[in-house]
Amino acid sequence: MSTSSDDVAIIGIGMHEFGRHDGVSGIDQGVISVRRALADAGVEWRDVEFAFGGSKDGGAADTMVSKLGLTGLQFINVANGCATGGSALFSAYNSIKAGMFDIGMAVGFDKHERGAFRIDLASHGLEEWYGESGLALTTQFFGMKLNRYMHDYGITEPTLAKVAEKAFRNGSMNPMAWRRRAMSETEIAESAMLSYPLTQYMFCSPGEGGVALILCRADKAKDYTDTPIYLNAAAVRSRKFGSFEVMAPHLAPERTDGPTVDASKAAFEMAGMGPDDMDLAQLQDTEVGAEIMHMAENGFCEHGEQEHMIAMGETEIGGRFPVNTDGGCLANGEPVGASGLRQVYENVLQLRGQAGPRQVPNDPKTAYTHVYGAPGISGVTILSR
Amino acid sequence: MSKQVPVAEGVFTWPSDTPRLIAARCTECDNHMFPMQDDCPRCSGASTEQVELSPTGTLWTWTVQNYPPKSPPYAGNVDPATFEPYGVGYIDIDGKVRVESRLTVSEPADLEIGMKLELVIDPLYVNDDGDEVVTFAFAPASAATGEAS
Repeated sequence: MSTSSDDVAIIGIGMHEFGRHDGVSGIDQGVISVRRALADAGVEWRDVEFAFGGSKDGGAADTMVSKLGLTGLQFINVANGCATGGSALFSAYNSIKAGMFDIGMAVGFDKHERGAFRIDLASHGLEEWYGESGLALTTQFFGMKLNRYMHDYGITEPTLAKVAEKAFRNGSMNPMAWRRRAMSETEIAESAMLSYPLTQYMFCSPGEGGVALILCRADKAKDYTDTPIYLNAAAVRSRKFGSFEVMAPHLAPERTDGPTVDASKAAFEMAGMGPDDMDLAQLQDTEVGAEIMHMAENGFCEHGEQEHMIAMGETEIGGRFPVNTDGGCLANGEPVGASGLRQVYENVLQLRGQAGPRQVPNDPKTAYTHVYGAPGISGVTILSR
Repeated sequence: MSKQVPVAEGVFTWPSDTPRLIAARCTECDNHMFPMQDDCPRCSGASTEQVELSPTGTLWTWTVQNYPPKSPPYAGNVDPATFEPYGVGYIDIDGKVRVESRLTVSEPADLEIGMKLELVIDPLYVNDDGDEVVTFAFAPASAATGEAS
């Protein structure tokens, strides 16, 4: 690709292993991610001019400077739910595009308590009775959205287990993943039913981990690396009236597309590309239904086509359109602040040809990420080399 | 003497022999919202009035809560030994609004998108005063109300 001063490149990536890390704070997992990203880029911390960083439960990102070095850089904390990492990257991207800085960082990390997310009702604008009555669970939303989708578009239960089976198999080839044990479709389908039609192993779990990305002006990227990866688009969108989102005591009968559709369209327009131009994708898979529905919402197929695509293995690493090559949220868990950046980390590895046993064949040149979360927010990026 | 008290005031009419959910109607665009709120996210208006919803509707989608929720915020029984799964669904009320609610039915075989439901008031827990705290739920419509809707 020809580059100009307002294009943006990723020159370094660093990750702290996802999973459970007793005795390692969220902040420390962020710091380790940053040190690994700096080493990957061949950049010193004092050369980083700005940072956007975020974490939901792991602490304030800017406190990392007391460990990384008090260089006086511009450091802005980002808090945007499940799109925290995506929002940090969006902000870093635009800071470089605007010509404000030449080199900077997006970082996200987290450390959540065990079990399903405990919902802070007030911060979601919800009243106490909603939680007291047993309605404040994200898992219910996922079960209900998927149940309606299966009813409308003919997705079947065996397809759900296939998605999780792929995730854990891909995760078994990823040394940074949390759950690295492959599981059979039977074991997944017969695990405890949590929220119909979703069983235990069809859901990801809140977890821990960190990811840092070093970005710079594209026309300077070759000073640092022979394999710069270009960030062609980063877009974040919130929900519109009529979309079906998590934590909603009521829905409008009139339906409209969710924020994923809007963020996807905005990113493709920004990049001057379309779904057919993408060689692989990392899509939000909080649970198996999310991966299935997000394939269509991001424009990679029509609603209902997933049933056939998955049966034919098209979303496998060696398939026509690989999805969630690193095992996704299902195998990696979901440290909210880091989750969206984990997807970008994987795509950089894939585009560099450094993904090892899970490398997508035939030299992929473009890659897509999509994150979704409460209270109805989506972030999309498009990378190329 | 113990009595039944609502989980919150202003969510449903109580005490009542014919309880109704209390919703908001936008006076500018007729958008219906539950629970009551002052602003309308459809037209960005800031003028709503209180209305009571029909006690019958149809099931738009559903799931089953099969494991004890975290407590707090959940106020019902969370003892793994005695926890009873409960259904959760969105109920379309007259095409005006879809309300999220507990369902009295929790067997997937007994739940079907499009089935007729009616509002009931269900016990949730007993508070420190010995009163039974109740919340709203939807149950399969009885023959009479099913035909009426």
